[in-house]
Amino acid sequence: MRENTEKIAPPRALWVPFELGRPFGAPDDPEFQLKVLRAALDLLAAESGPVLADFPEDAPPAPSADGGEGWVCPVAFPPPPADPNDLGAAVQAEIGGLAPWYQESVRARGRTSVGAGDLDIEQAADYAARFLESSPETGREAVVRLKYAIEDLKAFYGEAATARPGASSLDIADWMWNETALGRLMRQLAAVLGEFGDADLAYFAEKSLVPRKYR
Amino acid sequence: MVRLSDLSEADREHLLAKDCSRLEGAPFVTGPPLARRRIAIVTTAGLHLRSDDSFGFRTAEYRVIPSDVATRDIVMSHTSVNFDRTGFQADTNVVFPIDRLRELEQAGAIASLARYHYAFMGAYHAPAAYEAGAREVAGYLREDAVDAVLLVPV
Repeated sequence: MRENTEKIAPPRALWVPFELGRPFGAPDDPEFQLKVLRAALDLLAAESGPVLADFPEDAPPAPSADGGEGWVCPVAFPPPPADPNDLGAAVQAEIGGLAPWYQESVRARGRTSVGAGDLDIEQAADYAARFLESSPETGREAVVRLKYAIEDLKAFYGEAATARPGASSLDIADWMWNETALGRLMRQLAAVLGEFGDADLAYFAEKSLVPRKYR
Repeated sequence: MVRLSDLSEADREHLLAKDCSRLEGAPFVTGPPLARRRIAIVTTAGLHLRSDDSFGFRTAEYRVIPSDVATRDIVMSHTSVNFDRTGFQADTNVVFPIDRLRELEQAGAIASLARYHYAFMGAYHAPAAYEAGAREVAGYLREDAVDAVLLVPV
Protein backbone atom coordinates (compact mmCIF):
# COMPACT_ATOMS: atom_id res chain seq x y z
CA MET A 1 0.00 0.00 0.00
CA ARG A 2 1.22 3.48 -0.77
CA GLU A 3 0.60 4.64 2.81
CA ASN A 4 2.89 1.95 4.23
CA THR A 5 5.59 2.51 1.61
CA GLU A 6 5.63 6.23 2.46
CA LYS A 7 6.40 5.35 6.08
CA ILE A 8 9.14 2.83 5.26
CA ALA A 9 10.71 5.10 2.63
CA PRO A 10 12.65 2.46 0.65
CA PRO A 11 15.24 3.85 -1.79
CA ARG A 12 13.05 3.29 -4.84
CA ALA A 13 9.46 2.06 -4.99
CA LEU A 14 6.77 1.87 -7.63
CA TRP A 15 3.22 2.02 -6.33
CA VAL A 16 0.75 0.08 -8.45
CA PRO A 17 -3.05 0.25 -8.18
CA PHE A 18 -3.62 -3.49 -8.68
CA GLU A 19 -5.36 -5.92 -6.38
CA LEU A 20 -3.27 -7.78 -3.85
CA GLY A 21 -1.81 -10.92 -5.38
CA ARG A 22 -1.20 -9.35 -8.80
CA PRO A 23 1.84 -7.07 -8.55
CA PHE A 24 2.29 -7.02 -12.35
CA GLY A 25 -1.35 -6.24 -12.97
CA ALA A 26 -2.90 -8.86 -15.21
CA PRO A 27 -2.28 -12.51 -16.03
CA ASP A 28 -1.71 -13.49 -19.65
CA ASP A 29 -0.98 -9.90 -20.65
CA PRO A 30 2.77 -9.80 -21.37
CA GLU A 31 2.60 -6.31 -22.81
CA PHE A 32 1.05 -4.82 -19.69
CA GLN A 33 3.36 -6.80 -17.38
CA LEU A 34 6.34 -5.49 -19.32
CA LYS A 35 5.10 -1.93 -18.94
CA VAL A 36 4.93 -2.35 -15.15
CA LEU A 37 8.33 -4.01 -15.04
CA ARG A 38 9.93 -1.27 -17.14
CA ALA A 39 8.40 1.40 -14.90
CA ALA A 40 9.97 -0.30 -11.86
CA LEU A 41 13.38 -0.80 -13.47
CA ASP A 42 13.46 2.78 -14.77
CA LEU A 43 13.62 3.93 -11.15
CA LEU A 44 17.17 2.62 -11.03
CA ALA A 45 18.21 5.68 -13.01
CA ALA A 46 17.19 8.03 -10.19
CA GLU A 47 20.16 9.97 -8.83
CA SER A 48 18.68 10.63 -5.40
CA GLY A 49 15.87 9.35 -3.23
CA PRO A 50 13.83 8.01 -1.68
CA VAL A 51 11.71 7.75 -4.81
CA LEU A 52 8.06 6.70 -4.66
CA ALA A 53 6.55 6.73 -8.14
CA ASP A 54 2.95 5.97 -9.09
CA PHE A 55 2.15 3.61 -11.95
CA PRO A 56 -0.45 5.58 -13.92
CA GLU A 57 -2.72 2.84 -15.30
CA ASP A 58 -5.23 0.44 -13.81
CA ALA A 59 -4.95 -3.22 -14.75
CA PRO A 60 -6.97 -4.13 -17.83
CA PRO A 61 -10.14 -6.03 -16.92
CA ALA A 62 -10.37 -9.78 -17.44
CA PRO A 63 -11.76 -10.68 -20.86
CA SER A 64 -15.48 -11.32 -20.62
CA ALA A 65 -17.05 -14.34 -22.27
CA ASP A 66 -20.64 -13.39 -21.57
CA GLY A 67 -21.00 -9.81 -22.75
CA GLY A 68 -20.94 -8.56 -19.15
CA GLU A 69 -24.01 -10.47 -17.98
CA GLY A 70 -22.25 -11.81 -14.91
CA TRP A 71 -20.26 -14.97 -14.42
CA VAL A 72 -21.73 -18.30 -13.42
CA CYS A 73 -19.67 -21.41 -12.86
CA PRO A 74 -19.81 -23.50 -16.05
CA VAL A 75 -19.94 -26.74 -14.08
CA ALA A 76 -23.25 -28.28 -13.11
CA PHE A 77 -22.35 -30.07 -9.92
CA PRO A 78 -23.79 -33.54 -9.30
CA PRO A 79 -26.64 -33.83 -6.79
CA PRO A 80 -25.49 -33.62 -3.17
CA PRO A 81 -24.63 -36.91 -1.45
CA ALA A 82 -27.31 -38.89 0.37
CA ASP A 83 -26.25 -37.42 3.68
CA PRO A 84 -26.34 -33.62 3.23
CA ASN A 85 -24.10 -33.24 6.26
CA ASP A 86 -21.33 -35.35 4.74
CA LEU A 87 -19.23 -32.44 3.53
CA GLY A 88 -16.31 -34.70 2.63
CA ALA A 89 -18.49 -36.62 0.17
CA ALA A 90 -19.94 -33.40 -1.19
CA VAL A 91 -16.46 -32.00 -1.87
CA GLN A 92 -15.40 -35.25 -3.55
CA ALA A 93 -18.48 -34.98 -5.79
CA GLU A 94 -17.54 -31.41 -6.70
CA ILE A 95 -13.99 -32.49 -7.50
CA GLY A 96 -15.41 -35.07 -9.89
CA GLY A 97 -17.59 -32.45 -11.55
CA LEU A 98 -14.72 -29.98 -11.92
CA ALA A 99 -12.13 -32.52 -13.07
CA PRO A 100 -12.72 -32.16 -16.85
CA TRP A 101 -12.31 -28.37 -16.61
CA TYR A 102 -9.28 -28.68 -14.37
CA GLN A 103 -7.72 -31.01 -16.95
CA GLU A 104 -8.56 -28.55 -19.70
CA SER A 105 -6.91 -25.76 -17.68
CA VAL A 106 -3.72 -27.83 -17.29
CA ARG A 107 -3.71 -28.63 -21.00
CA ALA A 108 -4.26 -25.04 -22.11
CA ARG A 109 -1.89 -23.43 -19.60
CA GLY A 110 0.74 -26.13 -19.66
CA ARG A 111 0.98 -25.97 -15.89
CA THR A 112 -0.91 -26.19 -12.63
CA SER A 113 -0.38 -24.39 -9.35
CA VAL A 114 -1.82 -27.40 -7.51
CA GLY A 115 1.04 -29.13 -5.72
CA ALA A 116 1.98 -27.04 -2.67
CA GLY A 117 0.90 -29.96 -0.50
CA ASP A 118 1.93 -33.61 -0.48
CA LEU A 119 -1.51 -35.18 -1.03
CA ASP A 120 -3.35 -35.75 -4.29
CA ILE A 121 -6.56 -33.81 -4.64
CA GLU A 122 -8.97 -36.55 -3.46
CA GLN A 123 -6.69 -37.31 -0.52
CA ALA A 124 -6.52 -33.60 0.27
CA ALA A 125 -10.32 -33.40 0.46
CA ASP A 126 -10.48 -36.52 2.63
CA TYR A 127 -7.72 -35.28 4.93
CA ALA A 128 -9.37 -31.89 5.43
CA ALA A 129 -12.80 -33.41 6.09
CA ARG A 130 -11.39 -35.68 8.79
CA PHE A 131 -10.59 -32.59 10.88
CA LEU A 132 -14.32 -31.95 11.29
CA GLU A 133 -14.36 -34.81 13.79
CA SER A 134 -10.89 -34.77 15.32
CA SER A 135 -7.32 -34.00 14.40
CA PRO A 136 -5.76 -37.01 12.61
CA GLU A 137 -2.31 -35.67 13.49
CA THR A 138 -0.92 -33.19 15.97
CA GLY A 139 1.72 -30.49 15.91
CA ARG A 140 3.22 -28.48 13.09
CA GLU A 141 2.98 -31.34 10.62
CA ALA A 142 -0.80 -31.43 10.93
CA VAL A 143 -1.31 -27.73 10.35
CA VAL A 144 1.13 -27.58 7.44
CA ARG A 145 -0.44 -30.61 5.75
CA LEU A 146 -3.96 -29.29 6.32
CA LYS A 147 -3.05 -25.77 5.17
CA TYR A 148 -1.61 -26.93 1.87
CA ALA A 149 -4.28 -29.58 1.34
CA ILE A 150 -6.76 -26.71 1.43
CA GLU A 151 -4.61 -24.43 -0.73
CA ASP A 152 -4.39 -27.22 -3.31
CA LEU A 153 -8.16 -27.71 -3.22
CA LYS A 154 -8.70 -23.98 -3.77
CA ALA A 155 -6.19 -23.97 -6.62
CA PHE A 156 -7.92 -26.98 -8.21
CA TYR A 157 -11.31 -25.26 -8.00
CA GLY A 158 -9.90 -21.93 -9.19
CA GLU A 159 -8.08 -23.37 -12.18
CA ALA A 160 -11.12 -25.44 -13.19
CA ALA A 161 -13.45 -22.45 -12.92
CA THR A 162 -11.16 -20.19 -14.98
CA ALA A 163 -10.48 -22.72 -17.72
CA ARG A 164 -13.03 -20.74 -19.71
CA PRO A 165 -12.59 -16.95 -19.73
CA GLY A 166 -14.98 -14.48 -18.17
CA ALA A 167 -14.52 -14.79 -14.42
CA SER A 168 -12.95 -12.07 -12.31
CA SER A 169 -11.02 -12.92 -9.16
CA LEU A 170 -14.01 -11.69 -7.14
CA ASP A 171 -16.38 -13.96 -9.10
CA ILE A 172 -14.21 -16.96 -8.26
CA ALA A 173 -13.85 -16.06 -4.58
CA ASP A 174 -17.60 -15.37 -4.14
CA TRP A 175 -18.43 -18.65 -5.84
CA MET A 176 -15.94 -20.70 -3.87
CA TRP A 177 -16.84 -19.29 -0.46
CA ASN A 178 -20.58 -18.88 -0.90
CA GLU A 179 -21.72 -21.57 -3.32
CA THR A 180 -19.55 -24.67 -2.97
CA ALA A 181 -19.29 -27.52 -0.49
CA LEU A 182 -15.59 -26.69 -0.24
CA GLY A 183 -16.53 -23.23 1.04
CA ARG A 184 -18.84 -24.80 3.63
CA LEU A 185 -16.13 -27.27 4.63
CA MET A 186 -13.59 -24.47 5.13
CA ARG A 187 -16.01 -22.38 7.21
CA GLN A 188 -16.89 -25.39 9.39
CA LEU A 189 -13.21 -26.17 9.89
CA ALA A 190 -12.65 -22.57 10.98
CA ALA A 191 -15.39 -23.07 13.57
CA VAL A 192 -14.07 -26.33 15.06
CA LEU A 193 -10.27 -26.35 14.78
CA GLY A 194 -9.86 -23.97 17.69
CA GLU A 195 -11.38 -26.55 20.01
CA PHE A 196 -8.68 -29.20 19.60
CA GLY A 197 -6.26 -27.64 22.09
CA ASP A 198 -3.53 -27.12 19.48
CA ALA A 199 -2.16 -23.57 19.29
CA ASP A 200 -1.07 -23.83 15.65
CA LEU A 201 -4.40 -25.25 14.52
CA ALA A 202 -6.21 -22.55 16.48
CA TYR A 203 -4.12 -19.82 14.85
CA PHE A 204 -4.69 -21.37 11.45
CA ALA A 205 -8.45 -21.50 12.05
CA GLU A 206 -8.60 -17.88 13.17
CA LYS A 207 -6.19 -16.20 10.75
CA SER A 208 -5.20 -18.37 7.84
CA LEU A 209 -8.26 -20.23 6.66
CA VAL A 210 -11.13 -17.88 5.84
CA PRO A 211 -10.22 -14.53 4.22
CA ARG A 212 -11.15 -11.50 6.33
CA LYS A 213 -13.81 -10.44 3.84
CA TYR A 214 -15.65 -13.78 4.06
CA ARG A 215 -15.54 -14.19 7.86
CA MET B 1 0.47 -2.16 -3.42
CA VAL B 2 -3.21 -1.55 -3.77
CA ARG B 3 -5.65 1.30 -3.36
CA LEU B 4 -6.91 1.61 0.20
CA SER B 5 -10.37 2.30 -1.20
CA ASP B 6 -10.38 -1.07 -2.99
CA LEU B 7 -9.94 -3.01 0.25
CA SER B 8 -12.54 -4.20 2.73
CA GLU B 9 -12.55 -2.28 5.99
CA ALA B 10 -11.07 -5.29 7.81
CA ASP B 11 -8.22 -5.59 5.30
CA ARG B 12 -7.60 -1.86 5.41
CA GLU B 13 -7.35 -1.77 9.20
CA HIS B 14 -5.16 -4.85 9.27
CA LEU B 15 -2.68 -3.53 6.72
CA LEU B 16 -2.51 -0.01 8.12
CA ALA B 17 -1.65 -1.46 11.54
CA LYS B 18 1.51 -3.13 10.18
CA ASP B 19 4.92 -2.24 11.57
CA CYS B 20 6.28 0.11 8.93
CA SER B 21 9.35 1.56 10.57
CA ARG B 22 11.34 3.96 8.44
CA LEU B 23 14.52 2.45 7.01
CA GLU B 24 17.44 3.71 9.06
CA GLY B 25 20.08 5.82 7.40
CA ALA B 26 18.07 6.61 4.25
CA PRO B 27 19.99 4.04 2.15
CA PHE B 28 20.44 4.98 -1.49
CA VAL B 29 23.02 4.04 -4.11
CA THR B 30 23.35 4.69 -7.80
CA GLY B 31 24.81 2.33 -10.37
CA PRO B 32 25.40 1.68 -14.05
CA PRO B 33 22.72 2.16 -16.71
CA LEU B 34 19.99 -0.49 -16.83
CA ALA B 35 21.52 -2.13 -19.91
CA ARG B 36 24.60 -2.97 -17.84
CA ARG B 37 22.79 -4.31 -14.79
CA ARG B 38 22.61 -7.91 -13.60
CA ILE B 39 19.20 -8.40 -12.03
CA ALA B 40 17.67 -10.75 -9.45
CA ILE B 41 14.12 -11.10 -8.18
CA VAL B 42 13.46 -11.33 -4.45
CA THR B 43 9.80 -12.02 -3.76
CA THR B 44 7.74 -12.44 -0.61
CA ALA B 45 5.09 -14.49 -2.44
CA GLY B 46 6.02 -17.84 -0.87
CA LEU B 47 7.13 -19.30 -4.20
CA HIS B 48 9.29 -22.38 -4.59
CA LEU B 49 10.01 -25.25 -6.90
CA ARG B 50 7.43 -28.01 -6.94
CA SER B 51 10.18 -30.39 -5.81
CA ASP B 52 11.03 -28.23 -2.75
CA ASP B 53 9.40 -28.55 0.65
CA SER B 54 6.48 -26.16 1.08
CA PHE B 55 7.03 -23.21 3.36
CA GLY B 56 6.40 -24.11 6.96
CA PHE B 57 3.65 -22.42 8.94
CA ARG B 58 4.65 -19.00 10.30
CA THR B 59 8.20 -19.21 9.00
CA ALA B 60 10.83 -16.65 7.96
CA GLU B 61 12.88 -19.05 5.82
CA TYR B 62 13.53 -18.59 2.11
CA ARG B 63 13.74 -20.71 -1.03
CA VAL B 64 16.10 -20.57 -4.01
CA ILE B 65 14.69 -20.34 -7.55
CA PRO B 66 17.23 -21.01 -10.33
CA SER B 67 17.15 -18.55 -13.20
CA ASP B 68 16.55 -21.26 -15.82
CA VAL B 69 13.40 -22.44 -14.02
CA ALA B 70 10.36 -23.40 -16.09
CA THR B 71 7.31 -21.53 -14.80
CA ARG B 72 5.36 -24.81 -14.67
CA ASP B 73 7.73 -25.91 -11.90
CA ILE B 74 6.91 -22.97 -9.61
CA VAL B 75 4.22 -23.29 -6.95
CA MET B 76 3.10 -21.04 -4.09
CA SER B 77 2.73 -22.00 -0.43
CA HIS B 78 1.88 -18.76 1.33
CA THR B 79 0.23 -18.57 4.74
CA SER B 80 -2.00 -15.58 4.00
CA VAL B 81 -5.42 -16.11 2.47
CA ASN B 82 -6.05 -12.41 2.00
CA PHE B 83 -4.80 -11.92 -1.54
CA ASP B 84 -5.91 -13.15 -4.95
CA ARG B 85 -4.35 -16.35 -6.24
CA THR B 86 -6.33 -16.76 -9.46
CA GLY B 87 -3.91 -14.45 -11.29
CA PHE B 88 -0.96 -16.63 -10.30
CA GLN B 89 -2.92 -19.77 -11.15
CA ALA B 90 -3.34 -18.45 -14.68
CA ASP B 91 0.13 -16.96 -15.19
CA THR B 92 3.24 -17.13 -12.99
CA ASN B 93 4.49 -13.86 -14.47
CA VAL B 94 1.79 -11.75 -12.81
CA VAL B 95 3.70 -12.42 -9.57
CA PHE B 96 7.18 -13.52 -10.70
CA PRO B 97 8.03 -11.84 -14.03
CA ILE B 98 10.80 -14.20 -15.06
CA ASP B 99 9.70 -14.47 -18.70
CA ARG B 100 9.44 -10.68 -18.98
CA LEU B 101 12.98 -10.29 -17.60
CA ARG B 102 14.24 -12.89 -20.07
CA GLU B 103 12.68 -10.83 -22.86
CA LEU B 104 14.44 -7.70 -21.59
CA GLU B 105 17.72 -9.63 -21.44
CA GLN B 106 17.30 -10.88 -25.02
CA ALA B 107 16.50 -7.36 -26.17
CA GLY B 108 19.64 -6.03 -24.46
CA ALA B 109 17.62 -3.79 -22.15
CA ILE B 110 19.30 -5.43 -19.13
CA ALA B 111 22.70 -7.09 -19.10
CA SER B 112 21.84 -10.41 -17.51
CA LEU B 113 19.78 -12.31 -15.00
CA ALA B 114 21.17 -13.54 -11.71
CA ARG B 115 21.97 -17.20 -11.42
CA TYR B 116 19.43 -17.52 -8.61
CA HIS B 117 16.35 -15.66 -7.42
CA TYR B 118 14.98 -15.86 -3.88
CA ALA B 119 11.54 -16.22 -2.32
CA PHE B 120 10.41 -15.53 1.23
CA MET B 121 6.95 -16.16 2.63
CA GLY B 122 5.91 -12.70 3.73
CA ALA B 123 3.29 -13.15 6.41
CA TYR B 124 2.95 -13.24 10.19
CA HIS B 125 6.44 -12.14 11.25
CA ALA B 126 7.63 -8.60 11.88
CA PRO B 127 10.38 -7.44 9.52
CA ALA B 128 13.18 -8.13 12.04
CA ALA B 129 12.54 -11.89 11.81
CA TYR B 130 13.65 -11.84 8.17
CA GLU B 131 16.92 -10.02 8.78
CA ALA B 132 19.18 -13.08 9.12
CA GLY B 133 17.82 -14.64 5.92
CA ALA B 134 17.93 -11.33 4.10
CA ARG B 135 21.59 -10.79 5.02
CA GLU B 136 22.39 -14.31 3.85
CA VAL B 137 20.65 -13.73 0.53
CA ALA B 138 22.37 -10.35 0.11
CA GLY B 139 25.71 -12.13 0.44
CA TYR B 140 24.78 -14.65 -2.25
CA LEU B 141 23.59 -11.86 -4.55
CA ARG B 142 26.87 -10.01 -4.08
CA GLU B 143 28.86 -13.17 -4.88
CA ASP B 144 26.82 -13.48 -8.08
CA ALA B 145 27.72 -9.88 -9.07
CA VAL B 146 24.06 -8.81 -8.96
CA ASP B 147 23.73 -5.03 -8.94
CA ALA B 148 19.95 -4.57 -9.04
CA VAL B 149 17.22 -6.43 -7.18
CA LEU B 150 13.55 -6.36 -8.05
CA LEU B 151 11.74 -6.70 -4.71
CA VAL B 152 8.24 -8.00 -5.40
CA PRO B 153 5.59 -8.19 -2.69
CA VAL B 154 2.36 -10.01 -3.32
